[in-house]
Amino acid sequence: MRLHSLLLYLYPSSFRHEYGEELSHIFSERRQQSGNGFSVIWLWISEIIDVIKNASPAHWDILRQDLRYGLRTLARARGFTITAIVITGLGIGANTAAFSVIDHVLLRPFPFPDADRMVQLWQGSPGYPQVELSPPNFYDWQRLSTSFEAMAAYTGAAANFLGESEPQRLDGTAVTPEFFNILGVQPFLGRVFNADDVREKAAKAVIVSYAFWQSTLGGIPDVLTKGIRLDSDSYTVIGVMPPDFSFPSRGKQIWIPLVLGDPPKDSRDNLYLQAMAKLKPGVSLEQARAELAVIAGRLAQQYPKENEKVRAVVEPLRDQVPNQTRLLLWALFGASFCVLLIACTNLAGLLLAKAISRRKELTVRAAVGAGRERLVRQLLTESLVLALLGGALGVLFAVIGLPLLLGLVPARLPISDVTVLDRRVFVFAALVTAITALAFGVAPALRMCKGVTYEGLQEGSRSGIGGRREWFRSMLVVTEIAASIVLLVSAGLLIRALWRVQSIDPGFRTDSVLSLQTYLPMPRYASNATRAGFYNDVLTNVRALPGIMNAGYISSLPMLPGGGIWPVTVPGMQGGGTSDAALTVAIRVVSPGYLDTLGIALRSGRDIRESDTLSSPYVAIVSESFVRRYWPNQDPIGRTFHFAFENFPFAEQDRTVVGVVNDVRFRGLERPSEPQVYLAYNQLPDRTATFYAPRELVIRSSTDPASIIPVIRRIIQKADAEMPITAVRPLREVVDLQTAPRSTQIRLVACFALLSLLLAGIGIHGLLSFAVGQRSQEFGLRIALGAKSRDVLGMVFRDGIFLSGIGVTLGLFLSFYSGRSIQALLAGVGPFDPGTVAVVCLVALAMTLSGSLLPGIRAMRTNPVTVIRGE
Amino acid sequence: MTFSQSDIDALLPLPPATFHILMALADEHRHGYAIIQDIAMRTNSELRMSAGTLYRSIQRMQEQDLIVETHRRPHPDEDDERRRYYQITPFGIAVARAEARRLAQLVKLARARGIVPERA
Repeated sequence: MRLHSLLLYLYPSSFRHEYGEELSHIFSERRQQSGNGFSVIWLWISEIIDVIKNASPAHWDILRQDLRYGLRTLARARGFTITAIVITGLGIGANTAAFSVIDHVLLRPFPFPDADRMVQLWQGSPGYPQVELSPPNFYDWQRLSTSFEAMAAYTGAAANFLGESEPQRLDGTAVTPEFFNILGVQPFLGRVFNADDVREKAAKAVIVSYAFWQSTLGGIPDVLTKGIRLDSDSYTVIGVMPPDFSFPSRGKQIWIPLVLGDPPKDSRDNLYLQAMAKLKPGVSLEQARAELAVIAGRLAQQYPKENEKVRAVVEPLRDQVPNQTRLLLWALFGASFCVLLIACTNLAGLLLAKAISRRKELTVRAAVGAGRERLVRQLLTESLVLALLGGALGVLFAVIGLPLLLGLVPARLPISDVTVLDRRVFVFAALVTAITALAFGVAPALRMCKGVTYEGLQEGSRSGIGGRREWFRSMLVVTEIAASIVLLVSAGLLIRALWRVQSIDPGFRTDSVLSLQTYLPMPRYASNATRAGFYNDVLTNVRALPGIMNAGYISSLPMLPGGGIWPVTVPGMQGGGTSDAALTVAIRVVSPGYLDTLGIALRSGRDIRESDTLSSPYVAIVSESFVRRYWPNQDPIGRTFHFAFENFPFAEQDRTVVGVVNDVRFRGLERPSEPQVYLAYNQLPDRTATFYAPRELVIRSSTDPASIIPVIRRIIQKADAEMPITAVRPLREVVDLQTAPRSTQIRLVACFALLSLLLAGIGIHGLLSFAVGQRSQEFGLRIALGAKSRDVLGMVFRDGIFLSGIGVTLGLFLSFYSGRSIQALLAGVGPFDPGTVAVVCLVALAMTLSGSLLPGIRAMRTNPVTVIRGE
Repeated sequence: MTFSQSDIDALLPLPPATFHILMALADEHRHGYAIIQDIAMRTNSELRMSAGTLYRSIQRMQEQDLIVETHRRPHPDEDDERRRYYQITPFGIAVARAEARRLAQLVKLARARGIVPERA
């Protein structure tokens, strides 16, 4: 029978208490009649089915009653209900939005079949943990390895597209045929590349993105029979990719075959290939790493000059998210979790206060037979209703707030879009909602229903706050303050870090400088003379415009990827080879006037001149760090060096230093840059290194840069009507891009911090208001006995400051640890920054005082006569 | 206790279990197991109500004032003190009557259509 009693636990306890004994009784009678053996088993089976069948409707009946009653109760207290729903919504919304970004960027597998077997391959060498591969190394790795199902190489391949409207610059990727096989994605139309497409004399083929096909090619199916012109060549469109496909990064418009040669002709120093591979089923990452390590070792012996220090790096494709992004996102998630914690704590406080005011109602219900469990269940149902409504509002907040977070999603991830409303995010939101309901509902419900007695009915009884309950609420408020301090300190530290990064001198001026790109289509501009004609046309006409102070061209703007890092050899010094970071420099090809336009100071010597041509000695301008490295304390002007490339005549020429300029942070504000070398644009030879042909036009004007854009466009179109003009933006934006993820994160964390501060303020206010109500007799008596208003106000403030003091101390202690966990984001600011802590303490004091003010005034205005008469 | 026709109509049609319990309590008050046995007997064991169904129905019927728990108990020799006895209320009788009338009306309609044979 004990077993049967246990089975009855499936019923709601009120039902069990009422009818449990009867049910057991009937079961025992039947048990006696049923004899033994099979009939007993049958009796048990039918009893279990009966209990399950009847228990769920019994629960449902109670839930329905509780819901009806709860909704009526909540509707009566509209102010409380709306506050509770909004607070819950903010907490759940912040978490849901943060989760949906984290889920897309860090957690969910990439949208490709067998994505867990996909790996990214890199070359590694001292100072460069992950760099691109050279075509011969890729060729050998692919040829010699057996761990991979397939290995593919790809590299950026933008092209100018001439359609019916303005010329466009298309962002694309050149890929080997294995690329689409590894990704396992079928085209929306047509086919993907095969081995025939990468033969050297093959007809030029292109695969286009769905978006480009729709927007520019008219979305017509017979696109496959038509050709398009890219740069100066005709291409046949052989496929259209599905709408959600984006690899290797978002916004790619075209994919063209990457022809490497068999074997490739490039030098082993020429590092420009990205590579990925798919592990064979059953082969582990470690096995693949071990195999490639052996291959890299063999190549190092075979080609010691270029490959001596080259390692093979194999990383899961999913892990290709920059560490800083990872940390930014987790820090944001932590902040959003803090907000939820504070929201829950605040709600627990509100619910407790509410429950205390409902004590009489609960006592009446207890008196007419509702058990404690029934009352707890009722209160929990109400919390659940609040949490559900809050959850729905939270999802709405998340949808609205998500665009603010998208700045944290790196563009180089192969995910097409971050959407908030999908199954995973919904499950998360539902889970958070359920936990929230329990977190803020259970404790108040249990505390309130403990010892609901007849005394609660007595007229004039103090509606319930005992010392212990006040202590419990105080603890909640202390938790809120501590969590908000953690958030405030974190936000403060991040802001300090941002200021520090923003105050770093990039080495050039950005004010009043406009930048834009004109990609010179090859091979039309392969000859130096043709290029010179175009540059000359554009620069002369632009400089002649009123208000233009100077203009110049450069191969790649500082802080943008794709500049060029070359090894150098200086007479009398050892070294060379791409594998040694200590001996490489960043190179840029520039026109005269570029340095002046960006305010890069010439320390000695002269600028590049128009007269520095292929027929004159090869010149270079170097940065101060270059001089410090190679000729410390010597005059570098007139000295020579050359680039340590083999079989690359342009690079091997001796360069004479004609000028020295200040250093520029080519790699971004937070990363050190290699020493810099500027080469003359008229000394870039025909048909060689055309990738380095200057394409970025920078213009300094004394007028608003935006106002001159139309004129500049006309000048460029007059010089070449087929030249696309892209990335038109103030140079300031290029620098701001460096701190954009930080700024976004700070905006969000600061938002969360302010929200938590507000909630903590509400918490203090609520607690003190309640306490003042409870102590009105005491205040009345004190005032009657001659206490001054100031004293009464002081008493309330003291209570507030006492709570706040504990919360702030605890919060500062915790914030030291949270600061340490985000230290990598702090750009050198310590995790316990005295300035930040001082400001946060002042803010906390202001919050405490404002939260205590109204209760204090109420206490001050206590009328002793009324209170004493009431007693 | 007063009740109106609309109170009665609000409960119709009755779930079969409810109607059978009312029938079982129509002539005398009974405990739960006796109700189950009475129903089985009257229906030639075609309806064997489970204990769970019985007590969920009893709970609802008490809330609807169709039956009440009674403290009149049988002679101590026949009594088991753990048992609880239920009796039908005047409102329960009225509702049972209304349901019986409703059912009779339905049977009459079916007869008029020749779906069931005329009474012999």
